[in-house]
Amino acid sequence: MRFLTLRVPKAWVTPLGVTGTVIAAIWIFVAFTAPLYLPYDPLAQDLPRLQEPGIDTLMGTDALGRDMFSRLLSGASVTIPLAMLLVAVSMLFGTVVGAIAGFFGKWFDEVLMRFTDLVMAFPTVILAMVIAASLGPSLWNAVIAAVVVSWPQYARMTRSLVLSLRTQNYVTAGRLLGFSPAKSLRVDIAPNIVGPILVLATLDIGTAILLLSGLSFLGLGAQPPTAEWGSMISAAMQNFDSWWIGVFPGLAILTVVMAFNFIGDSLRDIFDPTSALSRTEVNA
Amino acid sequence: MGETTPVARRYPARSPLAGYLLRRLGTSILLLFGVTIVTFALTNLVPGNPIAAALGEGAASNPATVAAYVEKYGLDQPLPVQYATYVGNLFQGDMGTSLHTRQPVTEDLLKAVPATVEVALGSIVVSLAVGVALGSIAAYRRGRISDQVVRVISLVGLSVPTFWMALTSFNLFFLQLGIAPGSGRLSPIYAPPPHVTGLYTVDTLLAGQWESFVDAMAHLMLPVFVLSLFTIGLLTRFVRTSVLEVLDADYVRAGRAKGLSGPRMLFGYVLRGASLPILTIVGLAFGALLSGTVLVEAVFAWPGLGTYAYESSTSLDLPGIMGVGLVVGVIYLVINFIVDMLYGVLDPRVRLG
Repeated sequence: MRFLTLRVPKAWVTPLGVTGTVIAAIWIFVAFTAPLYLPYDPLAQDLPRLQEPGIDTLMGTDALGRDMFSRLLSGASVTIPLAMLLVAVSMLFGTVVGAIAGFFGKWFDEVLMRFTDLVMAFPTVILAMVIAASLGPSLWNAVIAAVVVSWPQYARMTRSLVLSLRTQNYVTAGRLLGFSPAKSLRVDIAPNIVGPILVLATLDIGTAILLLSGLSFLGLGAQPPTAEWGSMISAAMQNFDSWWIGVFPGLAILTVVMAFNFIGDSLRDIFDPTSALSRTEVNA
Repeated sequence: MGETTPVARRYPARSPLAGYLLRRLGTSILLLFGVTIVTFALTNLVPGNPIAAALGEGAASNPATVAAYVEKYGLDQPLPVQYATYVGNLFQGDMGTSLHTRQPVTEDLLKAVPATVEVALGSIVVSLAVGVALGSIAAYRRGRISDQVVRVISLVGLSVPTFWMALTSFNLFFLQLGIAPGSGRLSPIYAPPPHVTGLYTVDTLLAGQWESFVDAMAHLMLPVFVLSLFTIGLLTRFVRTSVLEVLDADYVRAGRAKGLSGPRMLFGYVLRGASLPILTIVGLAFGALLSGTVLVEAVFAWPGLGTYAYESSTSLDLPGIMGVGLVVGVIYLVINFIVDMLYGVLDPRVRLG
């Protein structure tokens, strides 16, 4: 089979990278297939309230008599695709802005980079909170707020990569051959910046999930009765004695975010050899 | 950011350090105005009715109140004039009236800031101590099992949802096990110490109230622990990289060749060399901490900016939320300015830039 002969970079096959990939793959699978095998309707309030985890309800029920296990699985299909979407949009937007700023320089650079400075002058959750609140509380507005606070890091990184590549001989050679700026960016520069940008994006999926669930915890994201992990934890603040209401959604967030951080960290070793554990000892 | 700005060229400074600090100050002031533009834009250009959002639905149905509000903030004026009025009001300490406390936002925030500063300072101290220790261990034992363990610890720290950790640890250590003290900054049996700094741990000491001091410290522990998890992860990763770089440097090998080892080597040579990059990340860590307080304080009923932000968010109190955004933005700017200043003071090379 062609698929099996695909060459996997050796540095990728670390315990960390493999663990992360397996956990993330399971969660992504759940996110896209959960509706097919939910034991109960995640919104139906027809079970006994605040039931402890047991045979019938694996993770118990919440204060409104909804099955926690079904809500947890259905939470995956709310949060994970949205987080991936928002990272993709931030990445696209940020990369384009950074590439323009780095490649054309001059006032493009000044204007665009001062704009990123402005966004980065706020701690991320604070700015996202302020934006989400002024747009009005809804899951989509939380996603928009998260995009607004996430794109500048891609712009910064792309800009510095493009700046260092722009003066390379092979890029100049391309320009002398008559490549337009767009073609030069696409043919000579883009292939060399895709790696680091993808590493950042993978690490960012974890951050995006934390941000989205955090906004929902504040009541600025998903609205009831949507099964979303952050708002499920928020509901647990009213029911401290029923530990299962808060514990399971938190573990869900923790494992997903951890999986993406494991993957991102292993990827970073591949693209940035100086941070690798197996770094060759220059002075040994 | 490092390039010479025209401002600095027109006014040549006496010393390169002063020039550097002036440039940094200029950038910070520009960003400060930027921050007010962001909050102004969000308050006034939001979809829907900004007047209703600022006054609450009840007050907005009274034409006289609305007219007074329009008059006060110049809402019938063009946008630049409105912005000038907005900044003018800010300079007079007017950030509007909170919808959920019915108090001026400025007053609310002034009461909340010391509580947040106390918990943030505690967290930065803890994270620095633990982060530097773990990061140094990982760098010294690069590639060994302890390095791997530290790596996993720091990645887990970066992955924990802080609001969940707050909730779970509060439930476990206070409600179930009864080890930790309850919510708030002091147990109800103690009166708050006389106000000097606003930091209870300092004020109780100044007033010589030992029992209150111990109680205040005990109340600080859980919030500080929860908030530190993320920043410990952040600092550990960064310290490891910085220390690794320094370990390869010539002067460290020279120190080794002289026969130095142990703490003398670690503190005098390695960490001293790595201190500048670590300082940079401390500024970032503060941003993470300020973000964290918003999600953590409410759980512990810690009466700081975070609880205020939580209550404003859940009750959709726009003036309150904007006030928090503005104040936290300014605090973050000031901290980054201080970090930049320390950087210039500590590293002679920066002054040439």
